[in-house]
Amino acid sequence: MEQTIRFSLNNRPVSVTTDVDRALLWVLRTDLKLTGAKFGCGLGQCGVCTVIINSEAVRSCQYRVKDVEGKEVLTIEGLARNGTLHPLQKAFMEHSAVQCGFCTPGMILEGYSMLAKNVEPSRDEIIAMMDRHLCRCGTYPRIVDAVQTAASELKGGKR
Amino acid sequence: MITGNENLLDRRDFVKLLGPGIYFLFSVDELLQGQQQGMFGRYPEDFNAYLRIAENGQVTCYSGKVELGQGVIASLAQMLAEELEVSYDSVSMVLGDTKLCPWDPGTNGSRSIKNFGPALRAAGAEAREVLIEMASEYLKVPVDRLVASEGVVRDKSDPAKSVAYGMIAKGKTIERHLEKKPALKEPADFKVCGRSLPRVDFLDKVTGKAKFSGDIVLDNMLHGKVLRPPAHGAKLKAVDVSAAKEIEGIRVLQDQDFVGVVHSHPDVAEKALALIKADYELPPPEANDETIFDRILKTEARESVVEEKGDLAQGDKKAVHKFEASYCTPYVAHAATETHSAVVRVDGESATAWVGTQRPFGADATIARAIGLQSDNVRVITPYVGGGYGGKSQIGQAVQAARLSKMTGRPVQVVWTREEEFFYDTFQPAAVVKISSGLDASNRITFWDYHVLFAGNRSSECIYDVPNVRTVSRGSSFGGEGPHPFGTGAWRGPGSNTNIFARESHIDMMAAKIGADPLEFRLANLADERMVRVLKAAAEKFGWETAKFPSGRGYGMVCLDYLDTYVVAMAEVEADKESGRIRVERIVCAQDMGPIINPEGARMQIEGGIIMGLGYCLTEEIHFNGGEIKDLNYASYRIPRFSWIPEIETVLVENHDVAPSGCGEPPIVGMGALIANALYDATGVRVQRLPLTPERILANA
Repeated sequence: MEQTIRFSLNNRPVSVTTDVDRALLWVLRTDLKLTGAKFGCGLGQCGVCTVIINSEAVRSCQYRVKDVEGKEVLTIEGLARNGTLHPLQKAFMEHSAVQCGFCTPGMILEGYSMLAKNVEPSRDEIIAMMDRHLCRCGTYPRIVDAVQTAASELKGGKR
Repeated sequence: MITGNENLLDRRDFVKLLGPGIYFLFSVDELLQGQQQGMFGRYPEDFNAYLRIAENGQVTCYSGKVELGQGVIASLAQMLAEELEVSYDSVSMVLGDTKLCPWDPGTNGSRSIKNFGPALRAAGAEAREVLIEMASEYLKVPVDRLVASEGVVRDKSDPAKSVAYGMIAKGKTIERHLEKKPALKEPADFKVCGRSLPRVDFLDKVTGKAKFSGDIVLDNMLHGKVLRPPAHGAKLKAVDVSAAKEIEGIRVLQDQDFVGVVHSHPDVAEKALALIKADYELPPPEANDETIFDRILKTEARESVVEEKGDLAQGDKKAVHKFEASYCTPYVAHAATETHSAVVRVDGESATAWVGTQRPFGADATIARAIGLQSDNVRVITPYVGGGYGGKSQIGQAVQAARLSKMTGRPVQVVWTREEEFFYDTFQPAAVVKISSGLDASNRITFWDYHVLFAGNRSSECIYDVPNVRTVSRGSSFGGEGPHPFGTGAWRGPGSNTNIFARESHIDMMAAKIGADPLEFRLANLADERMVRVLKAAAEKFGWETAKFPSGRGYGMVCLDYLDTYVVAMAEVEADKESGRIRVERIVCAQDMGPIINPEGARMQIEGGIIMGLGYCLTEEIHFNGGEIKDLNYASYRIPRFSWIPEIETVLVENHDVAPSGCGEPPIVGMGALIANALYDATGVRVQRLPLTPERILANA
């Protein structure tokens, strides 16, 4: 059913009129032209479509757009503020925690959601949280390092 | 893909289609003259095909290679900057654009640095010398008094006398060439190569700006979906598209058994496709994932002798221990996180295609054939590719998009679903290797009789010092010929994953028979000093101590050469004989790939190869019945995850006596034998078929 849905997207109010049973991923990618969230499996198995909704990392391919009404959505495009990269983005670059880069937005946003809840995650906690995300290039150890580095920078109060 | 500094070329030449960082060239001018040369089959000789120097000093480097995550965006820029004598930061890469870049056979086989590197470096070196000559005339200073550095030619005795490359080249084709081509630099003189310089794609990739094929949006573009049969070889008997047509905005397009739908939203197109009812005639299944190996053994095909020396019968006579064994590897999927994606815009007699491909040159012809155009009139542009591993040499998705674009007269994007990705994948072929060998009383290998069936012959040669050897390869690994019920193709380290699994498992089995330590046994049978050096480097890092074999420690090792790169890996695993579970604790990998262009990039590739390789060791195999593929998502086809990662240490063995060779594939091809050998050392259980599942381990216990 077509309906108008209003929500905050990367700190700006947006409204979109569409069939509200559609997946948020496709509404973001086509109607709202934000392609940072990727399509990987459409089944919630790989994590490349991850976005943040009200501070929680969510699989946008499994999330209907009607459920986003009134909420705050953050995508990878909204993570850097005023041209300054988020510590996670910097840490992914510093640790070369990127190869093909297709899983990277989802990985960074999962890390963002985790660090919002746990400012000092152990290596094992990071691995347990991130285990829902797949990287076929095999950058896993570097991603763990990057999340740890970002955690210590965030804890130091730089952001 | 054009990336890096945005100001390098005259903006009038460009139409900005996308966000910052990537531009696509539309108007084609004299810039292309150099690139047009040397098409089809070899790298061009004219250095203009590889580089262009703008008046402001910015250098654009053109290569038909593509960026799939392996980092050629840095390593190629480094090689050009090194020979041309410009700063790394001044070089921007244009990759995988068939109109702008010199012909290339494709990004595969870890051959970008190895094969394209020399051509690119030669171009940079010749351009440098030509620019010095031109500077000599401009400055009226003899050539032997001039030196080039950081894009400026200076008088050695009067550094105030100088001229920048940009002032000489002015963004134009340089008509002058040298009769005698200058020598390439020695690795000892490298200033830009050999350093871990940063990759310019990282910023795009951490901010979501990086454009992959599925992120390309053109005006008036539609999203297409094409009907997929339930099995390879199935024939469409009847189709009912009426329900799909009911959906607002859906167009159904049909050309015999090609049935597609298009819509402005990809998810709506997919929903409509699901409403199409189709009846198929299924061929009787000829094999499944259990019977395939028997079918491979029974399938006749052309045999080629890879190597032959000595006399097997003589070796057999001298042997006191004899061994005979077979090794099997299954079909394995590429399973890149980015599914095959493309956008094609057909404009009358020409077309432009944005394709996630490893072979832009080749994709142009394939697309042209599918829609009846001249190959020259199809331009393929390669945005960032979200992982390939061999699977993106095939471009079925672009053919679908091209057909739909031709039928609708509008640009069409096709992004495969995960199910389509698994179904249409060209798997690493299932294969069998049969080996007979013998040992004499002093533990030397006396003969080696090796037959590889349908994996291909790469890495099938015996690297050990054996007097009597015969290596035979039957059938090809590509194209779904012979025993395969569906398409097969290159998978990161094609052929070698099977061949190294067989050879290095077999070597370990021979060592075990006589209770010899696997490291000592290999050293005793190796004559190649380069391999011995790499072996010792790995052993030192790992802390390998000699022990009676199997030792119960869970240690395994493998040594191999892959297209001139030498690799020795050692692993420690924990394995439980009761449950059949393996946990890989630690891997050390030493690699000699000649002079290293970007050490950080090399380490990333080695780590990635090891981690990806854990998948085909432990879980990955395609289940199927005839042409029906049963594994169509990541729930049943399990690939490595964060929780699997062992401690990984890499050792880069510097070697300036050979030319730079490849990095990304060599570390993965040893993984099967590495883990199988460690499993044996832990438990005494030898498994000769991958993957090493708990069921298979228990069955062999």
